[in-house]
Amino acid sequence: MSDKTINLLEKRKRQIHEGGEFVMEAEKQSLAGSVSQRSCSFCGSRVVLYPIADALHVVHGPIGCASYTWDIRGSLSSGPELHRLSFSTDMQEKDVIYGGEGKLYNALVELIEEYNPNAAFIYTTCIIGVIGDDVQAVCKKVQNEKGIPVIAVDSEGFKGSKKEGYKAACDALFKIVGTDDATETIPKSINILGDFNIAGEIWVIKDYYERMGVEVVCSVSGDGRVEDIRKAGRAQLNIVQCSGSVSNLAKMLETEYGTPMMRASYFGIEDMSKALYDVADFFNDDEMYEAAARVIQEEVTKLVPRLAPYRKDLKGKKAAVYTGGAFKVFSLVRSLKTIGMDVVIAGSQTGSVEDYKMLMELCDPGTVILDDTNPLELAKYVKEKDVDLFIGGVKERPIAFKLGIGFCDHNHERKECLAGFIGMLNFAAEVHSSVMSPVWQFAPRRANR
Amino acid sequence: MSCECGKTCAPVDSPENACTSEDKAKCGCGPSKADTPPITGKNFTATRNACKLCAPLGACLAFRGIEGCLPFLHGSQGCATYIRRYMISHFREPMDIASSNFGEESVVFGGRGNLNEGLKHVIEGYKPEVIGIATTCLAETIGDDVGMYVKDFIKGNKDTISMPHLLHVSTPSYAGSHADGYQWAVRAIVDQLAVDGPNEKFIGIFPGMVSPADLRHLRDILSDFGMPFSIVPDYSDPLDGPVWGEYHKIPAGGTPVSEISKLGRASAVIELASTISEKQSAATLLDERFSTAAFRVGLPIGIRQSDAFFKVLEQITGESIPDHHESERGRLIDAYVDGHKYTFGKKVVIYGEEDYVVGLTAFCAEIGLKPVLCASGGKSGRLKSCIQDAAPELDPETEILEGIDFAEIEEAVTHLKPDLLIGNSKGFSLSRKTGTPLIRVGFPIHDRVSGSRTLHLGYKGAQRLFDTIVDKLMELKQDSNDIGYTYI
Ligand code: SF4
Ligand code: SF4
Repeated sequence: MSDKTINLLEKRKRQIHEGGEFVMEAEKQSLAGSVSQRSCSFCGSRVVLYPIADALHVVHGPIGCASYTWDIRGSLSSGPELHRLSFSTDMQEKDVIYGGEGKLYNALVELIEEYNPNAAFIYTTCIIGVIGDDVQAVCKKVQNEKGIPVIAVDSEGFKGSKKEGYKAACDALFKIVGTDDATETIPKSINILGDFNIAGEIWVIKDYYERMGVEVVCSVSGDGRVEDIRKAGRAQLNIVQCSGSVSNLAKMLETEYGTPMMRASYFGIEDMSKALYDVADFFNDDEMYEAAARVIQEEVTKLVPRLAPYRKDLKGKKAAVYTGGAFKVFSLVRSLKTIGMDVVIAGSQTGSVEDYKMLMELCDPGTVILDDTNPLELAKYVKEKDVDLFIGGVKERPIAFKLGIGFCDHNHERKECLAGFIGMLNFAAEVHSSVMSPVWQFAPRRANR
Repeated sequence: MSCECGKTCAPVDSPENACTSEDKAKCGCGPSKADTPPITGKNFTATRNACKLCAPLGACLAFRGIEGCLPFLHGSQGCATYIRRYMISHFREPMDIASSNFGEESVVFGGRGNLNEGLKHVIEGYKPEVIGIATTCLAETIGDDVGMYVKDFIKGNKDTISMPHLLHVSTPSYAGSHADGYQWAVRAIVDQLAVDGPNEKFIGIFPGMVSPADLRHLRDILSDFGMPFSIVPDYSDPLDGPVWGEYHKIPAGGTPVSEISKLGRASAVIELASTISEKQSAATLLDERFSTAAFRVGLPIGIRQSDAFFKVLEQITGESIPDHHESERGRLIDAYVDGHKYTFGKKVVIYGEEDYVVGLTAFCAEIGLKPVLCASGGKSGRLKSCIQDAAPELDPETEILEGIDFAEIEEAVTHLKPDLLIGNSKGFSLSRKTGTPLIRVGFPIHDRVSGSRTLHLGYKGAQRLFDTIVDKLMELKQDSNDIGYTYI
């Protein structure tokens, strides 16, 4: 029988805040053997580039890395759906010994001829760097022959966590920016960066901005198109959402094109409204400001009465929130407050010390704050705090379910649109359907009381 | 018109006179295989929508079936996280997999330091009885000798740490799929744990990569025969357990190490497999090392293969088949009779792990379905011969293809226009695209709640499969008809 008491690993204690003086550490490499919820840089690159629907995404390496990322996310496209296919060089023993450049070349040429993509991204996985394939050279050759951008994404998993992968993806994207002929800036225009169009969220956001008279030049990467990314340098403002997975691109656009950037979150009433007002403020345009106010008023008037019944049921229920990036946690804490719930545990995989400080200030005293946590710690705290709901990614789901706790997926695999005002309503409905289910009465932690 | 092969060419007067493909090849009157484009379309260098996973996944699954065992991947973090996520989506249970979490320095200097540190943390945090270490492609490529590292780790730490059993298996994904990884791990488990000793009266079972429901059913069958037994590995409880009051670091259940170590002393072992090589076989290892009586039967899917399995059990135990299994068999045949008209001649495409494909094809053939493509992403080189042995009535023209991917299956389905697809949930996109209904079996099933509870084995499993398939065919018939018959 395994031991049931859960003690914190000595070295992990500094990445947890349980109240009192704030002395957290963060942004450390995961401890070997601690079953981190993190993944690898390849995963980060895949997250950012995956939704570009008219590009070919080829994973150079053994099969697993491609199999596990086949159509895993609900990023929608209004047109082509190349991103939903999984291509791999499926390296075999002889390729590992003699090198995979030839195989990669053939694979690319055939796929480009068959699928006619507007660009191709080649993700290098762990063993590629080790066996010494010159992926850049192969890409260059194919690019010259086929006349589309063929871009190596330097995403060997062992080189770091998701964050490094985000950066590699941004480097890849930046190679496409500016490759169209026009250069003049587009008036009253923005790029929406860092939204992946899960369940059509980017369409919701775009609609709000368009109703304000703002033109969306390019979205990275939800419903993304190569043609739009080429134009990204011509927008006047970059809006970077949440976790900042695409913030490196925004920084490059700022340096190269002088485009300012602005952070935003589209989750919850406050943050969504702020995202609209901020843009109007930026353009310093009264008409636009009024339009934003109108959009918000229309949407909120529709929304509030529909939230009321949920709020009534959910008042005082307790939640735990654990996400990939830290920025999303802020929105979730606010959104949960909107529907009457208290956040008692909050954390993220990749937040910084400053993020956690802000988080601590946003939450009630006594809230447990976690950096790069693991199942044992999560289990310990959800039980101690007796939460009614856990919000996280699919890897956290079984922990919650095993202990008989409601769960909501707020990760890239979800199928519900949770952004924008309509998203707030969906969020409330989703939370409500978990928390209020009668099945929890049978969970031992409740039945035993 | 008569042909060189001695038969009549088309129009054919009776089925006996029709040319078989061998006849056609003999006299050259039919189109030769070389002229017809492959049914799977153009050949691609890349694998498109793979019909296989990577080897460490299979190894982790096997390790999960040992009591008190924590799977551990030696390599970089991503692989462990992806594999966990993939398995969680199927089993809907916690599936912790530790990782030695390589960084750049591990790649340059080797992963020994990370392995040691990782093992220490896992022992401290989980207090496992067993740690099952499998390698990722990266650790294999840089040439880490995990066997040696583990030995040294034990030597260096046994005085200060209460040492769990440390099992290890080499699982390079460029040398095999998840199905291979599973077999490699089972063999490694047996290799590293089984010891000699006086014979004991019990049966060892190597069940293959079957579902938790299958494992439970095997347990029932063996219990009914009354001889002690041990299923290795058995992840039915760890991967399909009850809701908890307390969090368990390692879920309860699985085969205890003490049972595995006795395997060399068993009365007999039975390996449920058909396409695996001698080198992958745990039963062969026991036979060679301890002269254990080793039997191999294919996955008992359908009546004939279940009969073969029960026969072996009768032989080993000296008992005849328990009554209620006999009557289950009788009821199953009765159901076959009731449903035969709906299945006859309906075309099916079957895909998945090779051993599953063998079992399912034999089952489909015995209920009158017509397999038109039997496909696997695996590459044992034995799929065709195993299928032909298990389903002798199968049309020799049936396409049996190894090393296939879903893009190729889709191409074939467009040509073959089957009535049903039978396989894991990864065929859903092509099922939707081609409008061919999918019967979900095997692993993974990511889009239904019942993955763990899908029963395939024994008469009971055949009954469930038969009912599911016939109900689906009846539903299709009913729905595609304008009248709206309420009796079908
Ligand atoms: S590197 Fe190998 S072990 Fe890791 S996910 Fe890819 S195929 Fe699997
Ligand atoms: S860690 Fe490396 S091998 Fe594993 S999934 Fe990530 S890129 Fe692939």
